[in-house]
Amino acid sequence: MSLTHLERLEAESIHIMREVVAEAERPVMLYSVGKDSAVMLHLAKKAFYPAPPPFPLLHVDTTWKFQAMYALRDKAAKDAGMDLLVHQNPEALDKGINPFDHGPLHTDMWKTEGLKQALDKYGFDAAFGGARRDEEKSRAKERIFSFRNASHGWDPKNQRPELWKLYNARKAKGESIRVFPLSNWTELDIWQYIHLEGIEIVPLYFSQPRPTVERDGLLLMVDDDRFPLEPGEEPVMRSIRFRTLGCYPLTGAVESEAATLPEIIQEMLLTTTSERQGRAIDKDAGGAGMEKKKQEGYF
Amino acid sequence: MSEGDVIYRPEALIAEDIDAYLEQHQHKTMLRFITCGSVDDGKSTLIGRLLYDSKMIFEDQLAALESDSRRVGTQGQEIDFALLVDGLAAEREQGITIDVAYRFFATEKRKFIVADTPGHEQYTRNMVTGASTADLAVILIDARKGVLTQTRRHSFLAHLVGIRHIVLAVNKMDLVDYDQPTFEHIVADYRAFANRIGTGQFTAIPLSGLRGDNIAARSDAMSWYDGPTLIEHLEAVDLGLDERAGKRLRLPVQWVNRPNLDFRGFSGQIASGSVHPGDAVRVIPSGKTSTVARIVTYDGDLEQAVAGQSVTLTLADEIDCSRGDVICAADDPAEAADQFEATIVWMAEEEMLPGRNYIMKIGTQSVSAAVQPPKYRVDVNTLNHLAAKSLGLNDIGICELATDKRISFAPYAENKDLGGFILIDRMTNATVAAGTLHFALRRAHNVHWQAIDVSREAHAAIKNQRPRVLWFTGLSGSGKSTIANLVEKRLHALGKHTFLLDGDNVRHGLNKDLGFTEADRIENIRRVGEVARLMTDAGLIVLTAFISPFRAERQLARAMMAEGEFIEIFVDTPLNVAEERDVKGLYRKARSGELKNFTGIDSPYERPENAEIIIDTTAMTPEQAAELIVEQVLA
Repeated sequence: MSLTHLERLEAESIHIMREVVAEAERPVMLYSVGKDSAVMLHLAKKAFYPAPPPFPLLHVDTTWKFQAMYALRDKAAKDAGMDLLVHQNPEALDKGINPFDHGPLHTDMWKTEGLKQALDKYGFDAAFGGARRDEEKSRAKERIFSFRNASHGWDPKNQRPELWKLYNARKAKGESIRVFPLSNWTELDIWQYIHLEGIEIVPLYFSQPRPTVERDGLLLMVDDDRFPLEPGEEPVMRSIRFRTLGCYPLTGAVESEAATLPEIIQEMLLTTTSERQGRAIDKDAGGAGMEKKKQEGYF
Repeated sequence: MSEGDVIYRPEALIAEDIDAYLEQHQHKTMLRFITCGSVDDGKSTLIGRLLYDSKMIFEDQLAALESDSRRVGTQGQEIDFALLVDGLAAEREQGITIDVAYRFFATEKRKFIVADTPGHEQYTRNMVTGASTADLAVILIDARKGVLTQTRRHSFLAHLVGIRHIVLAVNKMDLVDYDQPTFEHIVADYRAFANRIGTGQFTAIPLSGLRGDNIAARSDAMSWYDGPTLIEHLEAVDLGLDERAGKRLRLPVQWVNRPNLDFRGFSGQIASGSVHPGDAVRVIPSGKTSTVARIVTYDGDLEQAVAGQSVTLTLADEIDCSRGDVICAADDPAEAADQFEATIVWMAEEEMLPGRNYIMKIGTQSVSAAVQPPKYRVDVNTLNHLAAKSLGLNDIGICELATDKRISFAPYAENKDLGGFILIDRMTNATVAAGTLHFALRRAHNVHWQAIDVSREAHAAIKNQRPRVLWFTGLSGSGKSTIANLVEKRLHALGKHTFLLDGDNVRHGLNKDLGFTEADRIENIRRVGEVARLMTDAGLIVLTAFISPFRAERQLARAMMAEGEFIEIFVDTPLNVAEERDVKGLYRKARSGELKNFTGIDSPYERPENAEIIIDTTAMTPEQAAELIVEQVLA
C-alpha cells in the first residue's frame, strides 16, 4: 500500500505540527482566513484529534480585509474550539493607515509591524504560517522551521541545516521560529485537498457577480463604502472571483465563471499566470521583494 | 527534438473532463529527488527545463524571467533558467547557488519535488539538507569535463544519506557532438568510483538540459542510446515504500494526547511496518508491553495504518510511554543502547570539541551526547582515511559517541528515522552536525572506550567545563544560600555540572559530630574544603554557602584548590540589615543570650580583603547578583 502524494503531504504536515507542540513553549497559528490557512487549520484539527489544537489562532488584522473573510474567521475558530486572537497595530489604527493613501507603508505597518507586535505581546516562540515553497522564489529556499532573531529577522544566507524530519526548535529567549507545515504543498494540492476533504473556504474564491472597478490593470472589488471612487468612476457588476485573498483594495480579481471547486481547479490549471500575480506586494524592490520583507520580519 | 515537445500535456483532459483529471492526479505517487554536481554542470538549467517543459512556469513568471535574463543572466539573449531557481538576492548577484531550493512539477504518473542543491563545498550542509529527504539523486556531469571533485563529493554524500537511486546525467551532450564514446568513457570512470563507495547500481543518461535532449523526449541526435529518458526513469523508479511498510512496526512517539482523563493517545508518524488494533507492542527503551486498542484519526478509527502515516494509538494497558519512546512490534522490538559508532558530517564553523556535550536529536528523542575524537576522517576525493583529532566545517568522520541515557535506535541503513541524528550546540542552539548510526558498541568495545586515563582533566573535559569552587562568605542572613541557589540553577540550565554544599546537607551527615565551638567551626570548614576539592577533581563546579567568618580558614580552603579555581564571593550585607531581616530569628536569640558565639554579635566576622567577587545586597537583587556571578565564573 503506497501512500499517494496527498497522503504523504498530509502526514508530513501533521508530523511538523506535533513537533512544534512538543518542543515549543508558546506556539500560535497565524490565520489569514485564506485557502492555505483553511487547509492548515484543518490539518491542525487532524493532528491533535480528539483534543482541539493546543494553541490559539492569531489574525494580524489590517481592518481592510474582505467582509466575507471576517465572517468565516470567527466561525472557523469557533468550530475548531480554538481561541482567536485578533491584533490590529494601534499605531496604524491611530494614523488611519490605508492602502489607498499610504502605498507600501500599509503592508509594513499593518502586517509586518503588526505581526511583530502581536508575537512580542503574547510572547509566542513558534508561529505557524501557511506559506508554500511553490509561491515565490525566496520561499522556495526557506526551511520548514525558519529561525528568527530577537527582532524577528530572517538570515537567508545562514539558515540552520534541516535534515530528515529532525527539526531544531531550540532558541534563546526572545528568538522565535516560524514554521511552515505546508512548505511542500502546491497550489493544485491545496485545491484538491480542499475538494477531497470538503473544507470550508471564503465564498470569494467562487465566481459571482460583484461590484468592481478597474485600477492600474487590477480588477478591484468595492467591498465597502471606504473605497474612494474617482470622479466619474462607477462600480461595474462583473462575474469575478479571487485566486488569493488579502486586503480588498490590494487584491486583484479575475473575471471568471468558475463557481465550483472542480471548475476553479480547471481554470487554475489552464491559466497562464501565477497565483501571486494579483498581489501588489511581490513586485516591490525588484526581484527580491519578498526576501527583503522576510528579513524585516514579514511572514 | 522539436520545439513543441513537452513532458506532459494534460490540457485536453483538464478542459474536457476535470473530474477524470482530478481522479488521476489524486492517485499519483510522489518522488523527491535532488540535482547535484559541480558548479557549472547545468543543474539549475535542467530544473528550469523540467519546469518549463511541464508547464509549471506561468506567463508572468516567464516575463519576469526574460527581463531578469537580459539584466543579470549568463545566456546572452537566451532565457537563463538558472534564475528560476536561484531565488536569493545574494545568489543572483553572485551567480551561484547558496541554499537548496525546492521546486514542484507533475507528470501523468507522478508528482515530483526536486531540490536544487548547491555545488560549492562551503555550502555542503545545504546540499546535505536537500539530500536527506530525497528518494533519488540526479548527479550531473558536464560531458566536456567528465567526473570532477564535486561529482565525487556529492556522490559520496548522496550515498552517505542513503539515497539508493542514482542517475548519472551526462549533460551538455550537444557540446560534444552527441558523441557516444565520450559518454561511455564518463560512465566507465564513474562506475569505478561508484564501486569504491559502494553505490553499486546507477542509471546513466546522456542528455542536454539546454536543448531538451532525452529529458522528456528521446533525442534524435543520440539514436545510439536506447535507455529511458530522464522523465521516463523518474516515473518508473520503485519508491521502496512498500519495503518500508513490510518491515516490523516502529512508531516514534511525538506527543501524548490527553484531552481528558478518559483518553490517552500516543501520536507519531509510523517509521516502518504496519499496525492493527489487537497487535502486541513493546515500548522501547522501557520494554513494557501492551496491545493496540485503537488507531484514532480525525476521519474515524482505522483497521490498519502503515509506514509514513501520522496516527494516534491508544493502548489496552496504562503503561508508561512518552515523547521519545518508540512503540515496536512486541516480538521484534528496536534496540536500545547508549554508545555507538557513527558517521558524522560536521556543519559548523567552530570545530567539533571531543568530549563536549552536545544535544543529540534522534527520532523524537533529545539526549545529551559526547563525541570521541574521530577514528578517522574521510578524504572525499580520494576516499583515503586520514588521521584526525577533530572535525572541521564540511569534514566527514567516523566517531564513537556516548549518550547520557539509553535510546532506542536502528542502524541508519535499516531505518533512516531511527538512525539519523543531528547535534545541537547547547550555547548557540545551532545545528552543528548530522550523523548516521552504524551500530551500538558492545561491552568489549567499552573497554576500549575507557582506554584514556581518567584524569582530573578528563573528568572536567567530559563535562565541558572548568572545575571551580564558588566560596560564598558573609553574615548569617546575608543572602548566601539564596544567591548560591540561584547561581546553581542558572549553571545547571546552561548544562553545567554543579553541586551545592551548605549547612543543610553537611551539618546533618558529614559534620554531625561537630558543634559550634571555635575549633569545631574550623574543622567544619576544613572538611567542607576537602570535600569541595574532591568534587573539583571530579570536574564539578562546587558552590559552598557557609558564614566562614575567619580569614585563616578561608585561606586554608583556598590553598587546597588548584590555582585559579577558588573564587571567594563576599556577600556583603551590613549587620544591621541582616539583623533586621533575621529570617530564622537567630539574631533575636543571640541578642537575648540564648545563642552563644554568634557571628557579628559575640563572635567576630573578618571581612575578606581580596575576594574575587563582592556582592552588595543593598544595591542589587539576588537575581542580579546571580547573573553577575555566572557571567564572571563562565568568562
